[in-house]
Amino acid sequence: MTTTWTQRRKARIDDLAAGRSLGSEAWRRLRRDPVAISGAVLVGLFVIVAVLAPMLAPHPAAQSFPELQQDLRPGSIPGPRTGFPLGSDQLGRDFLSRMILAAQQTLLVGVLATLIGLAAGIVIGAVAGAFGGWADTVLMRVTDVLLSVPSLLLAVSIAALAARPSQTTVIIAVSIVSVPIFARLLRGSMLAQRESDHVVAATALGVRRRAVVLRHMLPNAIGPVIVQATLTLATSILDAAALSFLGLGDADPARAEWGLMLAQAQAYLDVRPALAVYPAVAIIAVALGFTLLGESLREALDPKGRR
Amino acid sequence: MLRFVVRRLLQVVPTLLLLSVLVFAWLRSLPGGPASAFLGDRATPERVAELNRVLGLDQPVWVQYLRFLGRAFTGDLGNSQITGEPVLSEIGRALPATVELSVAALLIAVTLGIPLGYLSARHRGRPLDVATVIGTLVGVAVPVFFLGYLLKAVFAVELGLFPPSGRQSVGIDATNVTGFAVLDGLLTRELDASWDALTHLVLPAVALATIPLAVIVRITRASVLDVLGSDFVRTANAKGLAPSTVRGRHVLRNALLPVSTTIGLQTGLLLAGAVLTEKVFVWGGIGTLLAQGIEQRDYPRLQALLLLGALVYVLVNLLVDLSYAIIDPRVRLS
Repeated sequence: MTTTWTQRRKARIDDLAAGRSLGSEAWRRLRRDPVAISGAVLVGLFVIVAVLAPMLAPHPAAQSFPELQQDLRPGSIPGPRTGFPLGSDQLGRDFLSRMILAAQQTLLVGVLATLIGLAAGIVIGAVAGAFGGWADTVLMRVTDVLLSVPSLLLAVSIAALAARPSQTTVIIAVSIVSVPIFARLLRGSMLAQRESDHVVAATALGVRRRAVVLRHMLPNAIGPVIVQATLTLATSILDAAALSFLGLGDADPARAEWGLMLAQAQAYLDVRPALAVYPAVAIIAVALGFTLLGESLREALDPKGRR
Repeated sequence: MLRFVVRRLLQVVPTLLLLSVLVFAWLRSLPGGPASAFLGDRATPERVAELNRVLGLDQPVWVQYLRFLGRAFTGDLGNSQITGEPVLSEIGRALPATVELSVAALLIAVTLGIPLGYLSARHRGRPLDVATVIGTLVGVAVPVFFLGYLLKAVFAVELGLFPPSGRQSVGIDATNVTGFAVLDGLLTRELDASWDALTHLVLPAVALATIPLAVIVRITRASVLDVLGSDFVRTANAKGLAPSTVRGRHVLRNALLPVSTTIGLQTGLLLAGAVLTEKVFVWGGIGTLLAQGIEQRDYPRLQALLLLGALVYVLVNLLVDLSYAIIDPRVRLS
């Protein structure tokens, strides 16, 4: 599998000669990479279940069934039976439906948290990297301080500010944690762009600064940020689960979300471990999927194609 | 070297100042303002007004900030709402437990992580490497607290190999010297107490070690691969140096530079992981304080822990940078 530098260089020149860009080359590499494919399959399954959840789930998430509730006792939660393939949860609700519907909520938390963090990080990083000077100094000092607080601690302190925790506070807390990471990454690659020939050329040609930043620098600098965003999807879901575990999750008992279900199930571990194991396995699979996808994306986009 | 140390120390000052501003802002944005947050259930309008006056919240913001800074410098971070005790003495008592757990976790992560990462790089693409890489990817995807419960269920409850929770068995007569249970037993020659503490330590330390372990393995592997492909290693091999010399002197030494940074970063993050692990194993350290503080919305305690966490992280990174300068002369020259 190991290729020499000369071989890789030749391959790259062949690519260029064939008119293949870095983007299409990356896509070519991704399609052959078993890691990328397994990541894509996991993420794809998750997204399909999440989007179709209301159609797939046999029952609503919040509906309790009397036939399940009558068998609920301290120390006993009904297991699988006809009509309820995964059995009951601690409140006599259909566990299968909740697992399916939770995919949607989990995707929502992960995607929203990542998008908010990404948007804020891009603005901060682009301003700092494109303009430099005092704006850069101030913005980077603030992001450094945010980075100097361990991320979970930061998320906890933000989430604790809310008088009553909700899905919104979880999303905000988790998203703020990723802002400094995105900002630093983008600033770094923007700085590299600022000195590059095509940007100098565009400036020399009299292209307006805004256009230089938005058209010439940002598109070329965004690669590492997109990779990071894929990885952040995984950490956001894990962080949200950790917040739930610490009692800072959504206070709405009807809400089905894997992190929340896992946290709530801890109280019933001796009674019915499946209540914890299913959401945990789902979270691991999804986090793994996004991580695999992000890592292989990083490798595919690395022009050196080293690892 | 001295100039580097001084410069790096000076860089910490603005970071800490800015951190204090952030924590101050955090205090100001507590629900209902700091006074009613601090009073909790006992808040009445009169009491809030009274406390506002006592806390100086009727003063201009910059006066309040300077006072806050002054108090923080003198180590006065307020009293816990749960116990009424000064937060700092609470933290002081809980600290040894967390340090013990973190050190154990770090030991596991480093002693397993570096050899595993090195072997994985040497045998790149072989089954060992593939298994290791998959293991590291899964390792970071498992929620720490779930792993904790899993270890507990299998090794403590099912197999009965380890105690399920706590730091010491009930009925063990251990003398408290330093607060580090394993060390105390050694110091006082109560080896049974030391052994007992060690068995309690294993499961939580393993749970806490997974993420740093996975990260250290991956960085070591990547770094060794990088160095293996470099010109000086080729030269060293070409001039006929013994393979063991090349591995030890050329490869490992250079490859460990980025690893040392990672170890530092992970040390700072252990505190956060400890919060989750301690809750699972009822460990009674900083993490337990934090978890309790969250449940009861004990803001003075949370504030102190936030400051402490950041302070530890900043200091650890400072130490890493300094040690880096000792290992690598290029750093202090640039």
